[in-house]
Amino acid sequence: MTTARTALYIVAFALFIYGLMGLTGPRTAVRGNWIAATGMVIAIIATLLTPNMSNWVLIALGIILGALVGVPAARQVKMTAMPQMVALFNGVGGGAVALIAWAEFRHSDGFTGDPAYVIVASLFATIIGAISFWGSLVAFGKLQDILPGRPISVGEFQQPLNAVLLAGAVGCSIAIGAGQKNQALIIGVLLFSAALGLVLVLPIGGADMPVVVSMLNACTGLSAAATGLALNNTAMIVAGMIVGASGSILTREMAKAMNRSIVSIVAGGFGGGGGTAIAAAGNGVERTVRATSASDAAILMAYANRVIVVPGYGMAVAQAQHVVRDMAKLLEDRGVEVSYAIHPVAGRMPGHMNVLLAEADVPYDQLKDMDDVNDEFARTDVALVVGANDVTNPAARSDPSSPIHGMPILDVDHAKSVIVLKRSMNTGFAGIENPLYHDPRTSMLFGDAKKMVSEVIEELKAI
Amino acid sequence: MLLENLAILVLAGFIGFAVISKVPNTLHTPLMSGTNAIHGIVLLGGLIVLGAGVSGVLSKVILVIAIAFGTINVVGGFLVTDRMLGMFKRKPGGQK
Repeated sequence: MTTARTALYIVAFALFIYGLMGLTGPRTAVRGNWIAATGMVIAIIATLLTPNMSNWVLIALGIILGALVGVPAARQVKMTAMPQMVALFNGVGGGAVALIAWAEFRHSDGFTGDPAYVIVASLFATIIGAISFWGSLVAFGKLQDILPGRPISVGEFQQPLNAVLLAGAVGCSIAIGAGQKNQALIIGVLLFSAALGLVLVLPIGGADMPVVVSMLNACTGLSAAATGLALNNTAMIVAGMIVGASGSILTREMAKAMNRSIVSIVAGGFGGGGGTAIAAAGNGVERTVRATSASDAAILMAYANRVIVVPGYGMAVAQAQHVVRDMAKLLEDRGVEVSYAIHPVAGRMPGHMNVLLAEADVPYDQLKDMDDVNDEFARTDVALVVGANDVTNPAARSDPSSPIHGMPILDVDHAKSVIVLKRSMNTGFAGIENPLYHDPRTSMLFGDAKKMVSEVIEELKAI
Repeated sequence: MLLENLAILVLAGFIGFAVISKVPNTLHTPLMSGTNAIHGIVLLGGLIVLGAGVSGVLSKVILVIAIAFGTINVVGGFLVTDRMLGMFKRKPGGQK
């Protein structure tokens, strides 16, 4: 029976690896995802073939409960809420790791008779799993706007606090390793790690959340591999480690796309301690903003040769992608050349905008990557910014004191005129002032993105 | 046993590094979501420990929750990834 299990595990590994390779290419991605899922089903079946399994009813109960929650959640989540859903799914994975280690501690009466490596691997899994669970919950809260997106930290006490909590978790672990069997110790590990997960992610600004989620994803993978070591289960070792490694690479790639170093993200807040203070100082100066109307905006665009639409999270929230597409069509009928400039991290996840615009049937060739489109702004009559903010902030290019200095941006301000569609003058996700709005070439169209674009459409039809 | 498992661990790590070489920005989110689903493999740990005949109500409750969490991770992860990718699928052949 164990031979059959091992054989099935090997099939599962092959499917995981092949599936992941598929996920890295646009053509093969959908198939790759299902290949990996097939591998998972095989791994689960193989595990259930383990001889002398008991507690079948409870096992079935757990799986059914999970399916009842997971399937509708994945099916019904709006495309805009996808990033936080991934954070949540990642969190429960980490939570499962921590819970398994806890149960294992109880079952084996404090790891009695287990070799040292099993104890170390289990406790490592407990700590990392719990951090991942609570950290993911914070990431979810920030992306879902339950928690404020701005960094929340205790300033200079942040690093000592982290160190104390880590020491607490490791201290309890060492006591367990030394042979202590008190239940309070494993609960201590769980609580210290939980607190650590919270204080690690709270100080990180909302704009960095995608990278954080990716990092926690890699952590959960590592903790799964550690659990595999402790339980002597090769499937968990292989799958967990592959995710740990590929997740780390992916995290680095994402950070690179935002021109942020992983270290500075983890160190907390934008650009370290001074970030928030600088952002606050910018608000003191009162500068002028030019508001415009839907009809003016319509006229401006109708008589333009080239219009570039810059979508952002605001478009996603307002579900305005369809009306934006309709507007673009009207403009094209008038002979205006329309394209869309996609910043790598526009929205709240890389690829977020591509997904939404594809949903609205925007032709693929009109979507332009940042590097391709930036030179074109200078030859563009109107840049229409729909609910994007930080990714258009020229301060990232020109102002070394800006917290987002160095982040690659869309050079919207090079266009002959800029229309910014925005609900209010509030700052963006990163919580910083955008000088673009005070540029004399910029006019602001305040209101809900969907409503305002619909009004622009009406005006366009009337011209 | 430990050394064999460590060998597997290291090799799996290298495979993980090798698979993700150059990924277009657009695929970052689906790829993250896909790997996210794969670490739902922790579900197996819950199955093994609970199946090994754990006694005690609290331990059983903990493990049922762990299995439920693992299942959410797996099922939700793969379905969400598929939905994200479904948005891309239509693009090349979509209406022109």
